[in-house]
Amino acid sequence: MDRSKLSFFHISRSKLSGDFIFEAAIGFFALSIMILAFLLFRELFIGSALSRDIFGMGFLTGSTWDPVAEVFGALPFIFGTLVSSFLALVIAVPFSLGIAIFLSELAPEKLRTPLSFIIELLAAIPSVIIGLWGIFILAPFIRDYLAPPLSTYLGFLPLFQGPMYGLSMLTGGVILAIMIIPITSSVSREVIMTVPTHQREAALALGATGWETTRIAVLPYARSGIFGAVILGFGRAIGETMAVTMVIGNSPRISESLFSPSYTMASVIANEFVEATSKLYISSLIEIGFLLLVISFIINIAARILVWKLLKVEGGGVT
Amino acid sequence: MAILTAACVAIAIIPLLSILYTVTINGISAVNLDFLTQIPRPVGEPGGGLGNAIQGTFIVVGIACLIGLPVGILAGVYLSEYGQNRFGRIVSFVADVLTGTPSIVAGMFGYTFIVLYSGSFSAIAGGVALSVLMIPIVTRTTEESLRLVPGSIKEASLALGIPKWKTTLYIVINTARSGIITGVLLSIARISGETAPLLFTSFGNMFWANGLDKPISTMPVQIYTYAITPFPDWHAKAWGGALILIILILILNIGVRFVTRKKYGM
Repeated sequence: MDRSKLSFFHISRSKLSGDFIFEAAIGFFALSIMILAFLLFRELFIGSALSRDIFGMGFLTGSTWDPVAEVFGALPFIFGTLVSSFLALVIAVPFSLGIAIFLSELAPEKLRTPLSFIIELLAAIPSVIIGLWGIFILAPFIRDYLAPPLSTYLGFLPLFQGPMYGLSMLTGGVILAIMIIPITSSVSREVIMTVPTHQREAALALGATGWETTRIAVLPYARSGIFGAVILGFGRAIGETMAVTMVIGNSPRISESLFSPSYTMASVIANEFVEATSKLYISSLIEIGFLLLVISFIINIAARILVWKLLKVEGGGVT
Repeated sequence: MAILTAACVAIAIIPLLSILYTVTINGISAVNLDFLTQIPRPVGEPGGGLGNAIQGTFIVVGIACLIGLPVGILAGVYLSEYGQNRFGRIVSFVADVLTGTPSIVAGMFGYTFIVLYSGSFSAIAGGVALSVLMIPIVTRTTEESLRLVPGSIKEASLALGIPKWKTTLYIVINTARSGIITGVLLSIARISGETAPLLFTSFGNMFWANGLDKPISTMPVQIYTYAITPFPDWHAKAWGGALILIILILILNIGVRFVTRKKYGM
Protein backbone atom coordinates (compact mmCIF):
# COMPACT_ATOMS: atom_id res chain seq x y z
CA MET A 1 0.00 0.00 0.00
CA ASP A 2 2.68 2.38 1.06
CA ARG A 3 4.90 1.45 -1.80
CA SER A 4 2.25 1.78 -4.48
CA LYS A 5 1.30 5.14 -3.07
CA LEU A 6 4.91 6.20 -3.21
CA SER A 7 5.43 5.04 -6.75
CA PHE A 8 2.20 6.70 -7.86
CA PHE A 9 3.40 9.90 -6.34
CA HIS A 10 6.76 9.45 -7.93
CA ILE A 11 5.33 8.97 -11.42
CA SER A 12 2.99 11.88 -11.22
CA ARG A 13 5.73 14.14 -9.92
CA SER A 14 8.15 13.21 -12.66
CA LYS A 15 5.40 13.67 -15.24
CA LEU A 16 4.71 17.09 -13.90
CA SER A 17 8.29 18.20 -13.86
CA GLY A 18 9.03 16.72 -17.31
CA ASP A 19 6.11 18.59 -18.78
CA PHE A 20 7.07 21.73 -16.97
CA ILE A 21 10.70 21.63 -18.13
CA PHE A 22 9.71 20.88 -21.71
CA GLU A 23 7.11 23.62 -21.84
CA ALA A 24 9.48 26.14 -20.32
CA ALA A 25 12.29 25.13 -22.69
CA ILE A 26 10.33 25.45 -25.89
CA GLY A 27 8.46 28.43 -24.48
CA PHE A 28 11.83 30.12 -24.42
CA PHE A 29 12.17 29.58 -28.17
CA ALA A 30 8.73 31.10 -28.69
CA LEU A 31 9.80 34.02 -26.54
CA SER A 32 12.89 34.43 -28.69
CA ILE A 33 10.63 35.45 -31.58
CA MET A 34 9.40 38.35 -29.50
CA ILE A 35 13.01 39.13 -28.62
CA LEU A 36 13.94 39.03 -32.30
CA ALA A 37 11.20 41.49 -33.19
CA PHE A 38 12.28 43.72 -30.32
CA LEU A 39 15.96 43.56 -31.34
CA LEU A 40 15.11 44.41 -34.95
CA PHE A 41 13.45 47.61 -33.82
CA ARG A 42 16.01 48.40 -31.16
CA GLU A 43 19.07 48.04 -33.41
CA LEU A 44 17.66 50.20 -36.19
CA PHE A 45 16.24 52.72 -33.74
CA ILE A 46 19.59 53.17 -32.02
CA GLY A 47 21.45 53.15 -35.33
CA SER A 48 19.33 55.97 -36.68
CA ALA A 49 19.58 58.16 -33.55
CA LEU A 50 22.20 60.52 -35.01
CA SER A 51 20.20 61.21 -38.14
CA ARG A 52 17.00 61.72 -36.16
CA ASP A 53 18.75 64.19 -33.85
CA ILE A 54 20.18 66.27 -36.65
CA PHE A 55 17.39 66.28 -39.22
CA GLY A 56 14.28 65.56 -37.13
CA MET A 57 11.12 65.51 -39.21
CA GLY A 58 12.96 67.39 -41.94
CA PHE A 59 14.41 64.04 -42.93
CA LEU A 60 11.01 63.00 -44.28
CA THR A 61 10.37 66.20 -46.21
CA GLY A 62 13.86 67.09 -47.42
CA SER A 63 14.50 66.33 -51.06
CA THR A 64 18.25 66.90 -51.09
CA TRP A 65 20.46 63.82 -50.84
CA ASP A 66 24.02 65.06 -50.83
CA PRO A 67 26.58 62.81 -49.11
CA VAL A 68 29.40 65.29 -49.79
CA ALA A 69 27.65 68.17 -48.03
CA GLU A 70 26.16 65.73 -45.49
CA VAL A 71 22.61 66.87 -46.16
CA PHE A 72 20.18 64.00 -46.19
CA GLY A 73 16.49 64.13 -47.06
CA ALA A 74 14.58 60.95 -47.81
CA LEU A 75 11.67 62.41 -49.77
CA PRO A 76 12.82 61.27 -53.26
CA PHE A 77 13.13 57.71 -51.95
CA ILE A 78 9.82 57.77 -50.10
CA PHE A 79 8.24 59.14 -53.27
CA GLY A 80 9.87 56.46 -55.42
CA THR A 81 8.83 53.67 -53.06
CA LEU A 82 5.21 54.81 -52.79
CA VAL A 83 4.73 55.52 -56.48
CA SER A 84 6.38 52.31 -57.66
CA SER A 85 4.35 50.28 -55.14
CA PHE A 86 1.06 51.96 -56.10
CA LEU A 87 1.87 51.43 -59.74
CA ALA A 88 2.54 47.77 -58.97
CA LEU A 89 -0.86 47.50 -57.26
CA VAL A 90 -2.66 49.19 -60.14
CA ILE A 91 -1.23 46.58 -62.48
CA ALA A 92 -1.27 43.55 -60.18
CA VAL A 93 -4.64 43.81 -58.44
CA PRO A 94 -6.90 43.24 -61.47
CA PHE A 95 -4.74 40.31 -62.56
CA SER A 96 -4.60 38.84 -59.07
CA LEU A 97 -8.35 39.09 -58.68
CA GLY A 98 -8.88 37.47 -62.06
CA ILE A 99 -6.50 34.67 -61.13
CA ALA A 100 -8.14 34.18 -57.73
CA ILE A 101 -11.64 34.06 -59.23
CA PHE A 102 -10.60 31.73 -62.01
CA LEU A 103 -8.78 29.34 -59.69
CA SER A 104 -11.44 29.27 -56.98
CA GLU A 105 -14.67 29.53 -58.95
CA LEU A 106 -14.28 28.78 -62.61
CA ALA A 107 -11.33 26.53 -63.34
CA PRO A 108 -11.82 22.80 -63.85
CA GLU A 109 -10.97 20.88 -60.69
CA LYS A 110 -7.95 19.21 -62.25
CA LEU A 111 -6.29 22.46 -63.26
CA ARG A 112 -6.57 24.27 -59.94
CA THR A 113 -3.67 22.81 -57.99
CA PRO A 114 -1.11 22.76 -60.81
CA LEU A 115 -1.99 26.27 -61.99
CA SER A 116 -1.82 27.80 -58.54
CA PHE A 117 1.46 26.00 -57.93
CA ILE A 118 2.92 27.41 -61.14
CA ILE A 119 1.90 30.94 -60.20
CA GLU A 120 3.35 30.51 -56.73
CA LEU A 121 6.56 29.29 -58.32
CA LEU A 122 7.00 32.85 -59.54
CA ALA A 123 7.41 33.85 -55.90
CA ALA A 124 10.20 31.31 -55.50
CA ILE A 125 12.37 32.84 -58.24
CA PRO A 126 15.07 34.88 -56.45
CA SER A 127 14.65 38.62 -56.71
CA VAL A 128 18.15 39.05 -58.15
CA ILE A 129 17.29 36.74 -61.05
CA ILE A 130 14.07 38.59 -61.77
CA GLY A 131 16.20 41.75 -61.75
CA LEU A 132 18.66 40.22 -64.21
CA TRP A 133 15.76 39.34 -66.49
CA GLY A 134 14.38 42.82 -65.92
CA ILE A 135 17.58 44.50 -67.10
CA PHE A 136 18.05 42.46 -70.24
CA ILE A 137 14.52 41.47 -71.29
CA LEU A 138 11.80 43.51 -69.58
CA ALA A 139 13.38 46.98 -69.70
CA PRO A 140 14.14 46.85 -73.45
CA PHE A 141 10.68 45.39 -74.06
CA ILE A 142 8.99 48.22 -72.19
CA ARG A 143 11.18 50.83 -73.87
CA ASP A 144 10.53 49.51 -77.37
CA TYR A 145 7.00 48.14 -77.25
CA LEU A 146 5.07 49.47 -74.25
CA ALA A 147 6.29 53.05 -73.91
CA PRO A 148 5.82 54.24 -77.53
CA PRO A 149 2.07 53.51 -77.67
CA LEU A 150 1.64 54.93 -74.15
CA SER A 151 3.27 58.21 -75.13
CA THR A 152 1.40 58.31 -78.45
CA TYR A 153 -2.08 57.73 -77.05
CA LEU A 154 -1.77 58.94 -73.46
CA GLY A 155 1.03 61.45 -74.01
CA PHE A 156 -1.21 64.32 -72.99
CA LEU A 157 -0.86 63.09 -69.40
CA PRO A 158 2.36 64.21 -67.70
CA LEU A 159 2.74 60.59 -66.59
CA PHE A 160 3.71 59.48 -70.06
CA GLN A 161 5.84 62.36 -71.27
CA GLY A 162 9.54 62.67 -71.89
CA PRO A 163 12.15 60.30 -73.26
CA MET A 164 12.02 56.64 -72.24
CA TYR A 165 15.26 55.26 -70.87
CA GLY A 166 14.29 51.68 -70.24
CA LEU A 167 15.39 51.80 -66.63
CA SER A 168 12.50 53.77 -65.19
CA MET A 169 9.72 54.04 -62.65
CA LEU A 170 7.43 52.26 -65.11
CA THR A 171 9.80 49.28 -65.42
CA GLY A 172 10.15 49.19 -61.63
CA GLY A 173 6.37 49.18 -61.21
CA VAL A 174 5.88 46.40 -63.74
CA ILE A 175 8.54 44.21 -62.16
CA LEU A 176 7.03 44.78 -58.70
CA ALA A 177 3.61 43.86 -60.09
CA ILE A 178 5.02 40.58 -61.38
CA MET A 179 6.54 39.89 -57.98
CA ILE A 180 3.43 40.59 -55.88
CA ILE A 181 0.93 38.74 -58.08
CA PRO A 182 1.68 35.37 -56.40
CA ILE A 183 0.96 36.56 -52.86
CA THR A 184 -1.99 38.80 -53.71
CA SER A 185 -3.65 36.15 -55.85
CA SER A 186 -3.06 33.25 -53.46
CA VAL A 187 -4.37 35.12 -50.40
CA SER A 188 -7.38 36.40 -52.39
CA ARG A 189 -8.04 32.87 -53.54
CA GLU A 190 -7.86 31.55 -49.98
CA VAL A 191 -10.28 34.23 -48.86
CA ILE A 192 -12.71 33.57 -51.71
CA MET A 193 -12.67 29.86 -50.87
CA THR A 194 -13.93 30.61 -47.36
CA VAL A 195 -17.16 32.01 -48.79
CA PRO A 196 -19.76 29.46 -47.72
CA THR A 197 -21.35 27.37 -50.44
CA HIS A 198 -24.87 28.38 -49.44
CA GLN A 199 -24.07 31.94 -50.47
CA ARG A 200 -23.42 30.70 -53.98
CA GLU A 201 -26.37 28.31 -53.96
CA ALA A 202 -28.71 31.08 -52.93
CA ALA A 203 -27.59 33.27 -55.81
CA LEU A 204 -27.78 30.38 -58.26
CA ALA A 205 -31.26 29.50 -57.01
CA LEU A 206 -32.36 33.03 -57.84
CA GLY A 207 -31.30 32.41 -61.40
CA ALA A 208 -27.92 34.14 -61.37
CA THR A 209 -25.35 32.98 -63.89
CA GLY A 210 -21.92 31.79 -62.76
CA TRP A 211 -20.34 35.19 -63.20
CA GLU A 212 -23.26 36.97 -61.53
CA THR A 213 -22.98 34.60 -58.60
CA THR A 214 -19.31 35.52 -58.21
CA ARG A 215 -20.12 39.21 -58.45
CA ILE A 216 -23.19 39.27 -56.19
CA ALA A 217 -22.61 36.51 -53.65
CA VAL A 218 -18.88 35.84 -53.51
CA LEU A 219 -16.93 39.06 -53.97
CA PRO A 220 -18.90 41.26 -51.52
CA TYR A 221 -18.52 38.57 -48.87
CA ALA A 222 -14.77 38.33 -49.43
CA ARG A 223 -14.27 42.07 -49.80
CA SER A 224 -12.38 42.80 -46.59
CA GLY A 225 -10.14 39.77 -47.05
CA ILE A 226 -9.34 40.73 -50.62
CA PHE A 227 -8.52 44.21 -49.37
CA GLY A 228 -6.17 42.55 -46.88
CA ALA A 229 -4.52 40.60 -49.70
CA VAL A 230 -3.98 43.82 -51.63
CA ILE A 231 -2.40 45.50 -48.61
CA LEU A 232 -0.19 42.45 -48.15
CA GLY A 233 0.96 42.85 -51.75
CA PHE A 234 1.62 46.51 -51.08
CA GLY A 235 3.79 45.56 -48.11
CA ARG A 236 5.82 43.20 -50.26
CA ALA A 237 6.26 45.84 -52.94
CA ILE A 238 7.53 48.39 -50.45
CA GLY A 239 10.24 46.12 -49.07
CA GLU A 240 11.29 44.52 -52.34
CA THR A 241 14.89 45.41 -53.05
CA MET A 242 17.07 43.72 -55.63
CA ALA A 243 14.86 43.51 -58.71
CA VAL A 244 13.73 47.10 -58.27
CA THR A 245 17.25 48.34 -57.67
CA MET A 246 18.32 46.73 -60.92
CA VAL A 247 15.62 48.27 -63.11
CA ILE A 248 14.41 51.54 -61.61
CA GLY A 249 17.37 53.64 -62.72
CA ASN A 250 18.53 54.81 -59.27
CA SER A 251 18.27 58.54 -59.66
CA PRO A 252 17.06 60.48 -56.62
CA ARG A 253 14.67 62.88 -58.28
CA ILE A 254 10.96 63.45 -58.07
CA SER A 255 9.49 63.46 -61.53
CA GLU A 256 5.92 63.40 -62.79
CA SER A 257 6.85 61.11 -65.64
CA LEU A 258 6.80 57.34 -65.19
CA PHE A 259 9.36 57.20 -67.97
CA SER A 260 12.09 58.81 -65.92
CA PRO A 261 14.44 56.94 -63.61
CA SER A 262 13.62 56.93 -59.92
CA TYR A 263 14.93 55.52 -56.66
CA THR A 264 13.36 53.61 -53.76
CA MET A 265 14.11 53.42 -50.05
CA ALA A 266 15.27 49.83 -50.29
CA SER A 267 17.41 50.54 -53.36
CA VAL A 268 19.30 53.42 -51.82
CA ILE A 269 20.21 51.22 -48.88
CA ALA A 270 21.35 48.43 -51.19
CA ASN A 271 23.42 50.78 -53.33
CA GLU A 272 24.99 53.11 -50.83
CA PHE A 273 25.26 51.36 -47.48
CA VAL A 274 28.64 49.77 -48.09
CA GLU A 275 30.06 52.98 -49.52
CA ALA A 276 28.70 55.20 -46.76
CA THR A 277 31.72 56.57 -44.95
CA SER A 278 30.58 59.14 -42.42
CA LYS A 279 28.58 58.29 -39.33
CA LEU A 280 25.77 60.62 -40.34
CA TYR A 281 25.54 59.03 -43.78
CA ILE A 282 25.25 55.53 -42.28
CA SER A 283 22.78 56.75 -39.69
CA SER A 284 20.60 58.35 -42.39
CA LEU A 285 20.51 55.10 -44.34
CA ILE A 286 19.64 53.18 -41.18
CA GLU A 287 16.81 55.65 -40.55
CA ILE A 288 15.46 54.84 -44.02
CA GLY A 289 15.66 51.16 -43.06
CA PHE A 290 13.87 51.89 -39.80
CA LEU A 291 11.08 53.70 -41.66
CA LEU A 292 10.82 50.75 -44.03
CA LEU A 293 10.54 48.35 -41.08
CA VAL A 294 7.88 50.41 -39.31
CA ILE A 295 5.81 50.90 -42.48
CA SER A 296 5.96 47.24 -43.45
CA PHE A 297 5.02 46.17 -39.91
CA ILE A 298 2.01 48.45 -39.84
CA ILE A 299 0.95 47.26 -43.29
CA ASN A 300 1.38 43.61 -42.35
CA ILE A 301 -0.55 43.99 -39.12
CA ALA A 302 -3.42 45.70 -40.96
CA ALA A 303 -3.45 43.05 -43.67
CA ARG A 304 -3.34 40.13 -41.24
CA ILE A 305 -6.21 41.55 -39.23
CA LEU A 306 -8.35 41.92 -42.35
CA VAL A 307 -7.53 38.46 -43.65
CA TRP A 308 -7.64 36.67 -40.30
CA LYS A 309 -11.04 38.05 -39.44
CA LEU A 310 -12.48 36.48 -42.53
CA LEU A 311 -10.63 33.20 -42.31
CA LYS A 312 -11.83 32.79 -38.73
CA VAL A 313 -15.48 33.77 -38.98
CA GLU A 314 -16.73 30.90 -41.04
CA GLY A 315 -20.35 30.56 -41.97
CA GLY A 316 -21.14 34.20 -41.31
CA GLY A 317 -23.33 36.30 -43.57
CA VAL A 318 -22.45 39.06 -45.97
CA THR A 319 -20.81 41.86 -44.05
CA MET B 1 -15.83 36.62 -67.89
CA ALA B 2 -14.43 33.12 -67.50
CA ILE B 3 -12.24 33.74 -70.52
CA LEU B 4 -11.04 37.04 -69.12
CA THR B 5 -10.03 35.51 -65.80
CA ALA B 6 -8.35 32.60 -67.56
CA ALA B 7 -6.41 35.18 -69.58
CA CYS B 8 -5.19 36.71 -66.30
CA VAL B 9 -3.74 33.35 -65.34
CA ALA B 10 -2.13 32.93 -68.75
CA ILE B 11 -0.61 36.42 -68.69
CA ALA B 12 0.71 35.95 -65.15
CA ILE B 13 2.50 32.80 -66.26
CA ILE B 14 4.24 34.53 -69.20
CA PRO B 15 6.93 36.29 -67.08
CA LEU B 16 7.72 32.99 -65.34
CA LEU B 17 8.15 31.19 -68.66
CA SER B 18 10.17 34.08 -70.06
CA ILE B 19 12.46 34.07 -67.02
CA LEU B 20 13.00 30.32 -67.15
CA TYR B 21 13.61 30.46 -70.91
CA THR B 22 16.10 33.36 -70.89
CA VAL B 23 17.99 32.05 -67.89
CA THR B 24 18.33 28.63 -69.52
CA ILE B 25 19.31 29.95 -72.97
CA ASN B 26 21.81 32.50 -71.66
CA GLY B 27 23.10 30.43 -68.80
CA ILE B 28 23.66 27.07 -70.41
CA SER B 29 26.67 28.19 -72.47
CA ALA B 30 28.43 29.59 -69.40
CA VAL B 31 28.07 26.51 -67.27
CA ASN B 32 30.80 23.88 -67.39
CA LEU B 33 33.03 22.07 -64.91
CA ASP B 34 35.39 25.04 -64.48
CA PHE B 35 32.41 27.27 -63.80
CA LEU B 36 31.41 25.09 -60.86
CA THR B 37 34.86 24.45 -59.43
CA GLN B 38 37.03 27.53 -60.02
CA ILE B 39 37.18 30.96 -58.49
CA PRO B 40 36.49 34.12 -60.52
CA ARG B 41 39.17 35.62 -62.74
CA PRO B 42 39.71 39.33 -63.42
CA VAL B 43 37.67 40.87 -66.20
CA GLY B 44 39.00 40.10 -69.68
CA GLU B 45 40.67 36.88 -68.61
CA PRO B 46 38.65 33.94 -69.92
CA GLY B 47 37.67 30.99 -67.73
CA GLY B 48 37.14 30.98 -64.01
CA GLY B 49 33.89 30.35 -62.26
CA LEU B 50 31.70 30.68 -59.26
CA GLY B 51 33.04 27.81 -57.20
CA ASN B 52 33.69 30.00 -54.20
CA ALA B 53 30.24 31.54 -54.43
CA ILE B 54 28.60 28.11 -54.48
CA GLN B 55 30.70 27.10 -51.49
CA GLY B 56 29.87 30.36 -49.72
CA THR B 57 26.14 30.03 -50.30
CA PHE B 58 26.16 26.59 -48.68
CA ILE B 59 28.16 27.92 -45.71
CA VAL B 60 25.99 30.98 -45.13
CA VAL B 61 22.73 29.07 -45.58
CA GLY B 62 24.15 26.39 -43.26
CA ILE B 63 24.79 28.96 -40.55
CA ALA B 64 21.29 30.37 -41.02
CA CYS B 65 19.89 26.84 -40.60
CA LEU B 66 21.94 26.20 -37.45
CA ILE B 67 20.36 29.26 -35.87
CA GLY B 68 16.99 29.32 -37.56
CA LEU B 69 15.87 25.69 -37.53
CA PRO B 70 16.00 24.94 -33.78
CA VAL B 71 14.43 28.28 -32.91
CA GLY B 72 11.82 28.11 -35.65
CA ILE B 73 10.79 24.49 -35.16
CA LEU B 74 10.66 24.56 -31.36
CA ALA B 75 8.82 27.86 -31.32
CA GLY B 76 6.34 26.34 -33.77
CA VAL B 77 5.91 23.29 -31.52
CA TYR B 78 5.25 25.55 -28.56
CA LEU B 79 2.70 27.63 -30.44
CA SER B 80 0.76 24.62 -31.63
CA GLU B 81 0.91 22.45 -28.49
CA TYR B 82 1.16 24.89 -25.59
CA GLY B 83 0.28 28.21 -27.17
CA GLN B 84 -3.47 28.29 -26.50
CA ASN B 85 -3.09 31.36 -24.35
CA ARG B 86 -2.58 35.08 -24.74
CA PHE B 87 1.21 34.75 -24.97
CA GLY B 88 0.96 32.08 -27.66
CA ARG B 89 -1.49 34.07 -29.73
CA ILE B 90 0.68 37.18 -29.55
CA VAL B 91 3.83 35.28 -30.54
CA SER B 92 1.97 33.64 -33.39
CA PHE B 93 0.80 37.02 -34.63
CA VAL B 94 4.26 38.55 -34.29
CA ALA B 95 5.79 35.63 -36.23
CA ASP B 96 3.20 36.20 -38.93
CA VAL B 97 3.99 39.88 -39.13
CA LEU B 98 7.74 39.14 -39.10
CA THR B 99 7.37 37.13 -42.31
CA GLY B 100 6.81 40.49 -43.98
CA THR B 101 10.15 41.92 -42.81
CA PRO B 102 11.82 43.52 -45.83
CA SER B 103 14.92 41.47 -46.60
CA ILE B 104 17.12 44.56 -46.82
CA VAL B 105 16.12 45.41 -43.25
CA ALA B 106 17.23 41.96 -42.13
CA GLY B 107 20.59 42.73 -43.72
CA MET B 108 20.78 46.01 -41.89
CA PHE B 109 20.07 44.18 -38.65
CA GLY B 110 22.90 41.75 -39.38
CA TYR B 111 25.15 44.75 -39.97
CA THR B 112 24.30 46.70 -36.83
CA PHE B 113 24.06 43.57 -34.68
CA ILE B 114 27.15 41.65 -35.81
CA VAL B 115 29.33 43.55 -38.28
CA LEU B 116 29.53 46.73 -36.21
CA TYR B 117 30.54 44.82 -33.08
CA SER B 118 32.93 42.35 -34.69
CA GLY B 119 34.41 44.98 -36.96
CA SER B 120 34.29 42.86 -40.09
CA PHE B 121 31.90 41.60 -42.73
CA SER B 122 31.54 37.89 -42.15
CA ALA B 123 29.81 34.64 -43.06
CA ILE B 124 28.31 34.63 -39.57
CA ALA B 125 26.72 38.06 -40.02
CA GLY B 126 25.22 36.83 -43.31
CA GLY B 127 23.89 33.72 -41.63
CA VAL B 128 22.32 35.73 -38.83
CA ALA B 129 20.66 38.08 -41.32
CA LEU B 130 19.22 35.13 -43.26
CA SER B 131 18.04 33.42 -40.09
CA VAL B 132 15.93 36.51 -39.31
CA LEU B 133 14.03 35.78 -42.52
CA MET B 134 13.98 32.04 -41.90
CA ILE B 135 12.72 31.85 -38.31
CA PRO B 136 9.20 33.22 -38.83
CA ILE B 137 8.61 31.06 -41.92
CA VAL B 138 9.73 27.87 -40.17
CA THR B 139 7.74 28.74 -37.05
CA ARG B 140 4.50 29.28 -38.94
CA THR B 141 4.83 26.22 -41.17
CA THR B 142 5.75 24.01 -38.21
CA GLU B 143 2.80 25.34 -36.22
CA GLU B 144 0.44 24.73 -39.11
CA SER B 145 1.62 21.21 -39.83
CA LEU B 146 1.41 20.24 -36.14
CA ARG B 147 -2.15 21.55 -36.01
CA LEU B 148 -3.06 19.07 -38.72
CA VAL B 149 -2.15 16.11 -36.49
CA PRO B 150 -5.44 14.47 -35.50
CA GLY B 151 -6.41 14.87 -31.85
CA SER B 152 -7.17 11.15 -31.61
CA ILE B 153 -3.48 10.30 -32.05
CA LYS B 154 -2.49 12.57 -29.15
CA GLU B 155 -5.35 11.23 -27.02
CA ALA B 156 -4.34 7.64 -27.68
CA SER B 157 -0.82 8.39 -26.53
CA LEU B 158 -1.94 10.32 -23.45
CA ALA B 159 -4.40 7.55 -22.58
CA LEU B 160 -1.49 5.13 -22.42
CA GLY B 161 -0.04 7.28 -19.67
CA ILE B 162 2.68 8.86 -21.77
CA PRO B 163 3.36 12.36 -20.48
CA LYS B 164 2.46 15.26 -22.70
CA TRP B 165 6.01 16.28 -23.42
CA LYS B 166 6.90 12.79 -24.63
CA THR B 167 3.70 12.64 -26.64
CA THR B 168 4.61 15.93 -28.28
CA LEU B 169 8.20 14.99 -28.89
CA TYR B 170 7.78 11.42 -30.11
CA ILE B 171 4.23 11.16 -31.42
CA VAL B 172 3.04 14.57 -32.58
CA ILE B 173 6.28 15.80 -34.12
CA ASN B 174 6.84 12.43 -35.72
CA THR B 175 3.40 12.43 -37.29
CA ALA B 176 3.86 15.93 -38.64
CA ARG B 177 7.44 15.25 -39.70
CA SER B 178 6.94 15.49 -43.44
CA GLY B 179 5.03 18.75 -43.11
CA ILE B 180 7.80 20.23 -40.97
CA ILE B 181 10.47 19.08 -43.41
CA THR B 182 8.52 20.62 -46.29
CA GLY B 183 8.40 23.95 -44.49
CA VAL B 184 12.10 23.75 -43.68
CA LEU B 185 13.10 22.98 -47.27
CA LEU B 186 10.89 25.73 -48.67
CA SER B 187 12.40 28.22 -46.23
CA ILE B 188 15.88 27.11 -47.31
CA ALA B 189 14.86 27.62 -50.94
CA ARG B 190 13.60 31.05 -50.05
CA ILE B 191 16.73 32.27 -48.24
CA SER B 192 19.19 30.68 -50.69
CA GLY B 193 18.24 33.25 -53.28
CA GLU B 194 18.25 36.28 -51.01
CA THR B 195 20.70 38.95 -52.05
CA ALA B 196 19.84 42.11 -50.18
CA PRO B 197 20.60 40.78 -46.66
CA LEU B 198 24.05 39.62 -47.79
CA LEU B 199 25.23 42.81 -49.50
CA PHE B 200 26.58 44.28 -46.31
CA THR B 201 26.81 41.29 -44.00
CA SER B 202 28.76 38.60 -45.83
CA PHE B 203 29.75 41.22 -48.43
CA GLY B 204 31.59 39.03 -50.98
CA ASN B 205 35.06 37.84 -51.75
CA MET B 206 36.84 36.75 -54.91
CA PHE B 207 38.60 33.80 -53.26
CA TRP B 208 37.73 30.60 -51.45
CA ALA B 209 36.27 31.02 -48.00
CA ASN B 210 38.91 31.46 -45.33
CA GLY B 211 37.01 31.55 -42.06
CA LEU B 212 33.54 32.21 -40.79
CA ASP B 213 34.56 35.60 -39.43
CA LYS B 214 35.71 36.83 -42.84
CA PRO B 215 33.80 38.19 -45.83
CA ILE B 216 32.48 35.37 -47.96
CA SER B 217 31.22 35.10 -51.51
CA THR B 218 27.66 33.94 -52.21
CA MET B 219 25.81 33.12 -55.42
CA PRO B 220 23.13 35.83 -55.33
CA VAL B 221 25.57 38.63 -54.49
CA GLN B 222 27.98 37.40 -57.15
CA ILE B 223 25.17 37.36 -59.74
CA TYR B 224 24.23 40.90 -58.77
CA THR B 225 27.84 42.11 -58.91
CA TYR B 226 28.30 40.60 -62.37
CA ALA B 227 24.91 41.78 -63.66
CA ILE B 228 25.51 45.47 -62.99
CA THR B 229 28.96 45.60 -64.60
CA PRO B 230 29.28 46.69 -68.25
CA PHE B 231 31.28 43.62 -69.28
CA PRO B 232 29.59 41.05 -71.56
CA ASP B 233 31.65 38.11 -70.33
CA TRP B 234 30.63 38.90 -66.74
CA HIS B 235 27.02 39.13 -67.90
CA ALA B 236 27.42 35.62 -69.25
CA LYS B 237 28.70 34.55 -65.82
CA ALA B 238 25.71 36.20 -64.17
CA TRP B 239 23.36 34.17 -66.38
CA GLY B 240 25.32 31.01 -65.62
CA GLY B 241 25.05 31.67 -61.89
CA ALA B 242 21.36 32.43 -62.26
CA LEU B 243 20.83 29.10 -64.01
CA ILE B 244 22.54 27.15 -61.24
CA LEU B 245 20.67 29.04 -58.52
CA ILE B 246 17.32 28.62 -60.24
CA ILE B 247 17.89 24.89 -60.74
CA LEU B 248 18.74 24.54 -57.06
CA ILE B 249 15.63 26.42 -55.98
CA LEU B 250 13.29 24.71 -58.42
CA ILE B 251 14.56 21.31 -57.30
CA LEU B 252 13.78 22.24 -53.70
CA ASN B 253 10.34 23.63 -54.56
CA ILE B 254 9.11 21.11 -57.09
CA GLY B 255 10.86 18.20 -55.40
CA VAL B 256 9.26 18.94 -52.05
CA ARG B 257 5.75 19.30 -53.47
CA PHE B 258 6.16 16.20 -55.56
CA VAL B 259 7.36 14.08 -52.67
CA THR B 260 4.71 15.27 -50.22
CA ARG B 261 1.95 14.90 -52.80
CA LYS B 262 2.93 11.32 -53.51
CA LYS B 263 2.97 10.47 -49.84
CA TYR B 264 -0.55 11.66 -49.15
CA GLY B 265 -1.97 10.75 -52.52
CA MET B 266 -3.48 14.20 -52.92
